[in-house]
Amino acid sequence: MDFGEFLSSRSSEILFAAAQHFSLVAQSVVLATVIAVAIAALVHRSSLGRAAANSVSAVGLTIPSFALIGLMVAPFGFGVKPAVIVVVFFAALPILRNAIVGLAGVDPALVESARGLGMSRLGIFFRVELPLAWPVILSGVRVSAQMVMGVAAVAAYVLGPGLGGFIFQGLSRLGGAGAIESVVTGTVGVILLALILDLLLLGLGRLTTSKGIR
Amino acid sequence: MTDSDPRTQTTAAAESASGVASGRSIFLDAVTKRYPGQKRPAVDGVTLEIPEGQVVMLVGPSGCGKTTTLKMINRLIEPTEGRIVLGGEDVTTINGDELRRRIGYVIQAGGLFPHMTVAQNVALVPKMLGWDKARIAERVEELLELVGLDPDVYRSRFPKELSGGQQQRVGVARALAADPPVLLMDEPFGAVDPITRQRLQDELIRIQQEVRKTMVIVTHDFDEAVKLGDWIVVFREGAQIVQYDTPERILAEPADEFVENFIGSGAALKQLGLRRVREVEAADAVVAHAGGNAAEALRRAEQAGHNHAVVVDERGRPISWPSRRELSRMTRLPTELDPALPVVGSGATLNDALDTMLVSSAGATLVTGRGGVFEGVVDVETIMDAITMARQSAAERSSEAPVGTNTGAVDVVIDDEGAAVTSPQGSARDD
Repeated sequence: MDFGEFLSSRSSEILFAAAQHFSLVAQSVVLATVIAVAIAALVHRSSLGRAAANSVSAVGLTIPSFALIGLMVAPFGFGVKPAVIVVVFFAALPILRNAIVGLAGVDPALVESARGLGMSRLGIFFRVELPLAWPVILSGVRVSAQMVMGVAAVAAYVLGPGLGGFIFQGLSRLGGAGAIESVVTGTVGVILLALILDLLLLGLGRLTTSKGIR
Repeated sequence: MTDSDPRTQTTAAAESASGVASGRSIFLDAVTKRYPGQKRPAVDGVTLEIPEGQVVMLVGPSGCGKTTTLKMINRLIEPTEGRIVLGGEDVTTINGDELRRRIGYVIQAGGLFPHMTVAQNVALVPKMLGWDKARIAERVEELLELVGLDPDVYRSRFPKELSGGQQQRVGVARALAADPPVLLMDEPFGAVDPITRQRLQDELIRIQQEVRKTMVIVTHDFDEAVKLGDWIVVFREGAQIVQYDTPERILAEPADEFVENFIGSGAALKQLGLRRVREVEAADAVVAHAGGNAAEALRRAEQAGHNHAVVVDERGRPISWPSRRELSRMTRLPTELDPALPVVGSGATLNDALDTMLVSSAGATLVTGRGGVFEGVVDVETIMDAITMARQSAAERSSEAPVGTNTGAVDVVIDDEGAAVTSPQGSARDD
C-alpha cells in the first residue's frame, strides 16, 4: 500500500480528525487566552504577583505533556475532558507570560492620563491597557497555538479527538502495513494545521491591532 | 508672538464679577498627604484659594510636593486630611472618576493614547459622558481648530504621526473636550524643545483668553510661571507655601532668600517679559512714503527735531528708517524693505523690544500694530521708565490676593449661593 492509497482510502477519516484537532486547539487557545489575560490583569500591578505568575508559567512548561495527560485520567477519565484541560493548561502558560510582559510595558503615564480623564479601572483596562498590550499578548497566543498543536496530538493517548490517533495507531503496530503512513499522516497533518492556524492568527493580529501602534 | 495680554484680560474678568469666566474657583482646605512609612507628610496642611478663571502656577524645586498638590485637586492622589472645594461644592468624597470627568488634565507630552486617532483621543471624555455622535464630531472639529490644528489634516492621524508640540496641542484639546471649568496641567511643556515651548506658551495664553478656564499648572521653570501665570505659588519641601502672589510682586518683592534664589538672577530683566510694548507710550515719528521726495522728508525731520524718518509702504508698513545724514544723500526714498530694520509688534514683550534694539544697535525700535502698520517708536529710555513704574506699582499689594498658607487657620463658609467665602486669619504673607 503506497502513501497515496492510504490517503485516499482514509480521506474522510483524516479530514474529520484534522477538523477535530483544529477545533480542539482553536477553542482551547481562545479559552486559555481569556484565562491568562484575566490572571495577568489581576496580578500585573503587584511585583509579587508578576514574579509568581512568571514562575508558574516557567515551571509549568517543563512538565512533560505526556505525563500530565496520563495523570488527568484518574480524576477525569478518558475522552475530551482531560484532553481539553491539558491543552488549555499548556496554552495558557506562554500567553500568561506575554500578557504580564505586555501589561507591565504599558507606560504608567498613559494609565495616569486615563485616570485623569475620569476612566474607571475597568475602562482603563479594556480601552487602554489591553489594546496597548495586545500585540505582545497575541505573539504569546501564536507561540502557544504552535506548541499545543503538538500537545493536542498527545491527547489521543486518553482517546481525545484529533490527528494524534493516527500517530498512536501507527506507532503501536510499527512494521505492519500502513503503520508508517499513519504516523506520517498524523505528523504532517499537525504541522499543516499549525501553519494554517498561525496564518489565521497573523491575520487576526492585523485586524485587531491599531495602526497607531504597529 | 500673539497679540494677547492675559493680565489685563483677567483683571477685566475679575472686575466684572463672575459672569465672564467659565472657570470655577478651587479651594484646598488644610489638605495633607501622608504616605505610610514616611515621617514627614509630602504635603502639609496646604490651604490654597484658586480664583475662578485665573491661571495659577505652582513652582518649586523637584520633590517639593507641587505635583502631589496638583493631583489632589482631581484626587488622582487622595488627600489624607483636608477638604477640596470646587466652585462651592465639597468634592472630597464624591466619586473620583466622576470628579475627574469634570476637570481637564494634561500631562507632559500630552499623554495621548497611541492606539487611538487624534479624533478618538479628543472624543474620550464626551463619549464617557454619553454625548451623541454628531455632537462629539462637531466638538472635536471645534477643539482642533482652537488649538491650531486643521481638523481635516489631523483628525485621523495617530499620535506617532505628530510632532511633540502637536501631541501637546491635542492633549490640551482632549482636556478641554467636555468644556470642564478647571484645567490641571502637570509640566505640560517639559518635553518639547525651547522654540516649540515658547510657541505653545503663546498659544495657551491665546486659548485661555478664549476659554477663561481656571488653570492650575505645575512647572519647575520660573520663567514659564512668570509668562503664563496670573498668580504664582512658590513651594519649598513638604509643599510649604513660601509666597503666593502675582508675578510682578514676586519679582519685585520676593518673600525671602529662598524665593530670591529660585527666581535666579535678573529679576528686573524678567519683569521686561511681563509687560507688552502696547502698554508703554510710543513716541511719534516723521513718516514718509516709499519712493517719495527725500529732501522733503529731510526738511520735515529737521522741523520736528527728529534724527530719523520712517519710510512706509502703501499699506502703512515700515520698510526703512533712514537718518538725516542718509536722507541728505538720497533723492528718492527707498522702496525696498531694509532687512535689518528693527521692528516689533505691539503685542511683543518689552524683553523682545529690548532684544531687537540690542541686535540692531539702534537704541530704539519701530512698533507695528494690526496688519503690520507703523504705530510709533519705542526707545531704551521709555523701557527704563516703564520698569521703574512697574516696580513701584508692584510694591503695593492687591487686597484681592487669594489665600495660600500652610497653617489651615482659615474659616470657610459655604454661603447660600454656593460660593466659598474665605476669611484669612494670620496669613503667611502678612506684610
